[in-house]
Amino acid sequence: MVNDIQHTEASVWQLLATVRDPEVPVLSVVDLGIVRKVVIVNANTISIIITPTYSGCPAMDVINMQLRMVLLENGFKQVHIEQVLSPAWTTGWMTEEGKEKLRAYGIAPPLPKQTVCHPDVFQEEEAIQCPHCLSYHTRLVSRFGSTACKALYQCLDCREPFDYFKCH
Amino acid sequence: MNAESMIPNHNAVTDTTINAMLQLADDNLIMGHRCSEWCGHGPILEQDIALTNIALDFVGQARNFYQYAATILQQMPNEKALALVDFDMVPEQITEDSLACLRDAGAFKNHLLVELPNGDWAQTMLKIFFFSAYRFYLFQLLQKNTDTQLAGIAEKSIKEVQYHLKWSSEWVIRLGDGTDESKNRILKAMDTLWPYAGELFGPAKYELECYQLESIAFETLRVNWLEKVNQIFEMATLPAQSFTQWHQSGGKQGIHTEYLGYILAEMQFLPRTFPNATW
Repeated sequence: MVNDIQHTEASVWQLLATVRDPEVPVLSVVDLGIVRKVVIVNANTISIIITPTYSGCPAMDVINMQLRMVLLENGFKQVHIEQVLSPAWTTGWMTEEGKEKLRAYGIAPPLPKQTVCHPDVFQEEEAIQCPHCLSYHTRLVSRFGSTACKALYQCLDCREPFDYFKCH
Repeated sequence: MNAESMIPNHNAVTDTTINAMLQLADDNLIMGHRCSEWCGHGPILEQDIALTNIALDFVGQARNFYQYAATILQQMPNEKALALVDFDMVPEQITEDSLACLRDAGAFKNHLLVELPNGDWAQTMLKIFFFSAYRFYLFQLLQKNTDTQLAGIAEKSIKEVQYHLKWSSEWVIRLGDGTDESKNRILKAMDTLWPYAGELFGPAKYELECYQLESIAFETLRVNWLEKVNQIFEMATLPAQSFTQWHQSGGKQGIHTEYLGYILAEMQFLPRTFPNATW
């Protein structure tokens, strides 16, 4: 049986954009930059290349399964998902749209330029903006937060704690 | 060169790669397990969460190394693959899980350092610092390996290692330059762990071959590592260290302290008692 739905690469990217990060549901896997390449082999067969965010991120297994599901539901019979580690995923691959969604959700997005992604001991990253009151007067509470990708901050003006999607 | 004469050589490379991947994976798995023992016991919530985050990174990296070894082994005839790995329960299929759970202590290749008990907070911090600094310099070299999968795992992991190194360095400084109590504790941790640090820089033959490094590269690794340790120790007002002739060793050849058996008994109990159990 041939796939009844006529897929183009652009339509597949739209399908993939419906797959959410289970831990940060405002972001799609496309916003995150996890999906690197889409190859439509023929009407029934598709191959996609993904790059994991963190080695131990438990969301990756769920994301893999959801990607497979959405492609199978939309008519593909053979779905190949290949995981490629190099070049390593970086927060630089996150879309601007994704960063805006993060901010609106209450998570400070990664800084656009990673000048001090790995600062010296006790040196902090450049000022992180509070997603609630937009103040830059914030402090790092812990470099390791609720998930592998986040650090915990507190705003010193509005006093609210917030997550920062740390640069990686 | 004809195809047949390539075969023995190819086998040797495979054997070497499997051993090296298991060494890296075992180090990661046991480090991850030890860090996870702190879950619910950290001094404050944020540091408890930090340690479990780090445990997750370690286990994630272990999976990458085990998966790579499993992929190579799955491509071989089963008999040959089983001969390369010292399983004490024969798995139905060689997977990341069977590599982690169906080998006994004698088949584990992790460094002795990583299997030592956590001790107090100071000992755990110093262990993570020693190990992360070693992995940071090692992965810098492995990123250039011609084996693209190994290089890719190193490239991915080093980003995580940088966070661990910075965090543990800060703790070593805080404890060393803290109170009399914290200083005494980190000095005691230093005495406990130092005899195990030298093993990191005594490469097994399979490491040199797989990593495509000469012995001199491990010597440089040792020099860089010691420089880093002493740089942090100076900031921590701790005495500068140097290596003596003797150090504990044996882990890479499967000769372990008694501690490893207890870790494996806890970690492997379920999959051995209930094969193929799932969540």
